Amino acid sequence: MVLLGGSGVGKSSLAMRFGRDEFYTTSPTVGCAYMTRVVHLSDVTLRFEIWDTAGQEKYHSVTPLYYRGAHAALLVYDISKRETFIRAQMWLKELENQYIQGSTVIWLVGNKGDLAQNRQVSVQEGQGLASHKGLFFIETSALSGEHISELLQSVAHRVYESIGGHQGGLSEWQETPIVELQHRDTSNPFASCCKVGP
Amino acid sequence: MDGEGQRAAASWENGTLAPVDRLRSERADSPTPGLVEGTEPGAGQKSAMFVHAQSFEDLTAEAEEEARRETELDKSGECADDLKALEEQHSNDVSSEARTKEEDVSSEAWRSHRKHVFVLSEAGKPIYTRYGTEEALSSTMGVMMALVSFVEAEKNIIRSIHADGCKVVFLTKSPLVLVGVSRTCQSDKELLRELQYIYYQIVSLLTLTQLNHIFQHKQNYDLRRLLAGSEYLTDNLLHRLDRDPGLLLSAVTCLPLPSSSRDVVSSSLQAAKSKSLVFSILLAGDRLVTLVRKKDQFLHHIDLHLVFNLVGSSSSFREGEGWTPICLPKFNTAGFFHAHISYLEPASELCLILVSTDREDFFNMSDCKKRFLERLSKRTAYTALKEALKCPSYSVAQVGIPELRHFLYKSKSSGLYTSPEFPEVYQSDEEQERLMGLYQDLHSCLHHPTRPLRSFYRCSESENLLAWVTSGFELYLCFSPLGTKALAVSAVTKLLKWIRKEEDRLFILSPLTY
Repeated sequence: MVLLGGSGVGKSSLAMRFGRDEFYTTSPTVGCAYMTRVVHLSDVTLRFEIWDTAGQEKYHSVTPLYYRGAHAALLVYDISKRETFIRAQMWLKELENQYIQGSTVIWLVGNKGDLAQNRQVSVQEGQGLASHKGLFFIETSALSGEHISELLQSVAHRVYESIGGHQGGLSEWQETPIVELQHRDTSNPFASCCKVGP
Repeated sequence: MDGEGQRAAASWENGTLAPVDRLRSERADSPTPGLVEGTEPGAGQKSAMFVHAQSFEDLTAEAEEEARRETELDKSGECADDLKALEEQHSNDVSSEARTKEEDVSSEAWRSHRKHVFVLSEAGKPIYTRYGTEEALSSTMGVMMALVSFVEAEKNIIRSIHADGCKVVFLTKSPLVLVGVSRTCQSDKELLRELQYIYYQIVSLLTLTQLNHIFQHKQNYDLRRLLAGSEYLTDNLLHRLDRDPGLLLSAVTCLPLPSSSRDVVSSSLQAAKSKSLVFSILLAGDRLVTLVRKKDQFLHHIDLHLVFNLVGSSSSFREGEGWTPICLPKFNTAGFFHAHISYLEPASELCLILVSTDREDFFNMSDCKKRFLERLSKRTAYTALKEALKCPSYSVAQVGIPELRHFLYKSKSSGLYTSPEFPEVYQSDEEQERLMGLYQDLHSCLHHPTRPLRSFYRCSESENLLAWVTSGFELYLCFSPLGTKALAVSAVTKLLKWIRKEEDRLFILSPLTY
């Protein structure tokens, strides 16, 4: 799973909620942070490898490393800052050039739900963009923890559905056989961000 | 003053400072132990870990060259008044956006900061200011650029303006211009050195290649876009420059650790190697535990300080494993390394930095870390290391010189320094910064561009200071104000003996390569 979005929208805070269900103020992410998180669905257990990318523009050139071949991408924006919503749409455009139809599930996540009184992006707008582009949509708050576990659960469900048909994440590995040969033994999650675990 | 230095030197030559036991055979050949580079206490046994350079000069050499080529231009009075007037005139009309460092640039409080640092592009666009917002200062920076270009047009270089208790220092590093405004008594050279650090900090985020590329294509590009979210790194570096003796001495300090334990840690790190791995660095807070490097590749202390600054400024590496492009400007300004940064244990101070050349190598690096940790945790050295973390410094009382309050000792050949914790009298931040200021003063006297001193003794109301530099080491001592000069000189010998005795613990004597 890869978290994308503008600077300061709360990607790391979301990741921290996923991982430890805690909240505290973070300093800006440098480059990218990697962590793993196990999610239990009713019948399977998924191990998520989470790439929490930096929102700052200078790191843009390296982000393709992380979303390439990801099973799930969360496009995060801050509901109290319109520019972050626009940035999320730019990320979407970039993703559309890269991802393989049907193998990456994309969520549009409006974060900072706790700042609803300063809202600059309405729920309808987010919902509208999501349905127009065929994305899933949710509003969360990493501060209060609202809708975090719902988000993680539904991401897990969708990912499981989308990869359930084929084995593991092999569909996109076949698209890039060279990468597969090089990285199979090191199980490179640049090619596959989420595996069905034990 | 020089006489004092020689007297102390003479007392050396009775050989009492000969290296201890196992080192004796290798080092005692030197006619004046400790005075010849490479035999001083703390010098590494094999090769140095760092780029071997006259580090301080290294930082200022370029500026010096320019100075030699160009006649110095000291514009006083008039010019500074103009600058001031312009500041006043323009600073009112800009409304600054919400930002933590928001501060009214027309206020007296803003003016009275001890040290301002401004970075601008050659088009005069603001890039960074230490205090206030860049927007509010765009016209001031325009004036700065005007001064630079005005003097340049006459085929000359503006270096500094001294006026009204202020020093304004200019550093032109195309495509950037850095300006420092200081009310401290630091010399121009010291201020330039600090501006150099800031320059390298910016290069380390973007690479010089990228910087040049950007400004070639668009001269009036707003570089803040690319630096957004990283201002705190520069802020922190400036804070360190005021407080960290390592940046002053161009050296790094180590975590005191028995050499047997350090060797085990180093060899575990050495074993966890990978093809693209260039440097493995283990830090405990701001202290180096060990550094393993690829054969023939050296790390420069400036680059290491930039890494320290990056790790120390950001809490984000606490969450999982970090993977970030980083340019080490003293190694190569053109390209990025990729650093895997993680703490050994969640609440631990021990941070491992693995510097790789391959940006797709995250999982290899992650695996290196795993192997290192597996290997290390089986050994008792790991327990010793964790034990050492509990007292990362030592008290000056251990040296056994009652009048001695504090000291800095740098071994030139290893690029490492050691210093005890601050004593009672220097507990407050202001007192510590004041002492650092005194050391900075001594440092600039010893390294004066035209009249460098070998030793320097200074009495003042609150303390007596002695500084001494040889080809092997630099030493700065702070005594109680009741001490005498004779006492200070005899303390040097005693202190050097003590450091020699403790060098196994305080320094890294046997650096490893892969």
